[in-house]
Amino acid sequence: MPAAMRGIPAASPSAPRALSFDQRLAAGLFALLAFLPLLSRSIASSYLLLVGERAVIFAIAALSLELLIGAGGLVSFGHAAFLGIGAYAAGIVASHGLGTLCIALPAALTASAVFALATGAIAVRTRGVYFIMITLAFAQMAFFIATSLAPYGGDDGLSWPTRTMVLGRHILKDQLTFFYVCLALLIATYLGVGRLIASRFGRVLRGLKDNETRMQAIGFTPYLYRLTAYVIAGTLCGLAGFLLGNQAEFVSPAYMHWQRSGELIIMVLLGGTGTLYGPMLGALAFLLLEEALSRLTEHWKVILGPALVLTALFASGGIAGAIAACRRRREAAARAPLTLPRLVRHLLGAGLERSRSCRRAGRRLFLRPAHLCKRVAEKARAACAPAKMALGRGRQALASLAERGLKTTVERWWRR
Amino acid sequence: MSASLFVVQLFNGLQLGILLFLVAAGLTLVFGVMDFINLAHGVQYMLGAYLAVMAYGFTGTFFLSVLLALLASLLFGLLLELLVFRHLYGRDHLEQVLATFGIIMLLNQGVKLLWGAAPLNMPIPDLLSGSVPLMDGLRYPVYRFAIIATGVLVAAGLYLFVTSTRVGMLVRAGATNAAMVSALGVDIKRLFTVVFGFGAMLAGFAGVMVAPILSVEPGMGDQILILAFVVIVIGGIGSIRGAFLAAVLVGVIDTLGRSFMTDVLRFVLAPTTARVIGPALASMSIYLLMAVVLAIRPAGLFPAKGRA
Repeated sequence: MPAAMRGIPAASPSAPRALSFDQRLAAGLFALLAFLPLLSRSIASSYLLLVGERAVIFAIAALSLELLIGAGGLVSFGHAAFLGIGAYAAGIVASHGLGTLCIALPAALTASAVFALATGAIAVRTRGVYFIMITLAFAQMAFFIATSLAPYGGDDGLSWPTRTMVLGRHILKDQLTFFYVCLALLIATYLGVGRLIASRFGRVLRGLKDNETRMQAIGFTPYLYRLTAYVIAGTLCGLAGFLLGNQAEFVSPAYMHWQRSGELIIMVLLGGTGTLYGPMLGALAFLLLEEALSRLTEHWKVILGPALVLTALFASGGIAGAIAACRRRREAAARAPLTLPRLVRHLLGAGLERSRSCRRAGRRLFLRPAHLCKRVAEKARAACAPAKMALGRGRQALASLAERGLKTTVERWWRR
Repeated sequence: MSASLFVVQLFNGLQLGILLFLVAAGLTLVFGVMDFINLAHGVQYMLGAYLAVMAYGFTGTFFLSVLLALLASLLFGLLLELLVFRHLYGRDHLEQVLATFGIIMLLNQGVKLLWGAAPLNMPIPDLLSGSVPLMDGLRYPVYRFAIIATGVLVAAGLYLFVTSTRVGMLVRAGATNAAMVSALGVDIKRLFTVVFGFGAMLAGFAGVMVAPILSVEPGMGDQILILAFVVIVIGGIGSIRGAFLAAVLVGVIDTLGRSFMTDVLRFVLAPTTARVIGPALASMSIYLLMAVVLAIRPAGLFPAKGRA
């Protein structure tokens, strides 16, 4: 969807410029998230912060998937594998007493990157549905490998001895610090993915999505670009997995279950692909909905399921699509011809303005009926002008026709 | 690893393959003809099993309840098509994934809501209970034979239907080029509805048949859905023949792998290592198969002609 890509500006060397709508929304989102700890303290519930942490971490994963889906057109149905691999790599390292940042984080990232490279080398050769299925297959393999990792918990999962230590200290143990670290990484991911999509590499990737043949004709090799994108996205998702494992201090094969991969896709779609704020909003919305609905009823999926169906049916483009449509409608409304509701709104606005100006002048407001009538008539006349013009033209034509008719009749009579 | 165990497992694999074929046949047609990713196909299988149990509760006779369940799953498939899927043909695959994922959520939970989370059972009918001797000292349950026989019959019927009837011809033509079929004056919408309802009924039929031998529980369709997707991707999307061969292949490999992989690995690895790696490798075997097939033939073994 090339039109939806409008939110992402083309790379230009020009220095500071006004933020695009996409960027302003994202900035607002980050600002809101930054205030979350304050809110959670004010209602004395650290649980809210936990949900916020998960949302931020999943937003990173959703962004990495958006790089594949939105920019690359590669719908990966196995993206959750990277969540699990990142968490398992860091957890396994930690269980051997090496859970420090300078070992665990590189381990998580390297493991995800290697897995992405190995599986991507095969997966990227396929297209469309086959790509969906082969990524699913690889994720299932990772899932079954994890269940058989008997020394590291197997089916039951692996409990981390502790969160990753930074320079030998338990800095990440502090909930507030951990939240802000996650948020900072989310912002960094957002900026990085944004730059990447806007860069030459990203433009080639988007071009391949739109028309592969044409891109090949002008000399690009699709395979390498797609594989690179796949490895980058996998590594980023491995980062999210690293954070997720840290948050729970636990990792289990369930991290890689295919339904988790499905949920990641749902997050991206719910938010709206083609923008960067969309997937983040989608991750937030999905987790908050899940949280809120599961408090409401044990059978919350009965509500969320139809909601997803309705989103697919009626709100194609997700939240971002709805926002874009809303903006378009407003822009169109500014140019639209006058209708009765608009007239009423306009009159109300005029009345308000008048009352304000009266108040400013220190006078009492007299909204005389005659005045109102005059304004209505004015507006109506303005609105009717085109119709009147058409009517006038019609009348003229009619008159001329009648005149001609009369003339011929008279002439006929005369001749007779 | 005795020969008799091997034969039994081979039959079990064949039976799983037949069931997979019934689910995958509908999926591959819906996929091939309508270019529609139906993740909700697995829940239709689950629903078939539940409907059979419910119908059995009402009627108390096996064969009548099978008939009722088939009818009900056909109607339910048509209802779903009318309400949701019809509006998603020709749309982006992603939207189809979103909608059908929502339906999975709804139905899995809805089933839990209606029948509870505990697994249900359904008795095997007297006519099909018991077992027959296969070799000396080896007996195999009649019901499982019945499943295999029914499945093969359905597969043969389906093959005849697709290759030698008018509707079958349209289905094949639709799988190759739906737009052209529509341009030639065929009511493609109605064809889609027929194919969809039929596919839903086949999946429901598979569910009905396993109801007496597996526990009927929410989420039972999810695993078979993934397997069915593996089958249709290996077989080539839109191809009934490919689906049949791939289903049998996947069923046999999965079953044999699960029973013998550890033993086979013992020949080359230390017993403890084999015990660790064996089950994982067995679970992975079909995905490995799929990855290999796709790496060699990116469009599956028997792609419908005209589709790259």
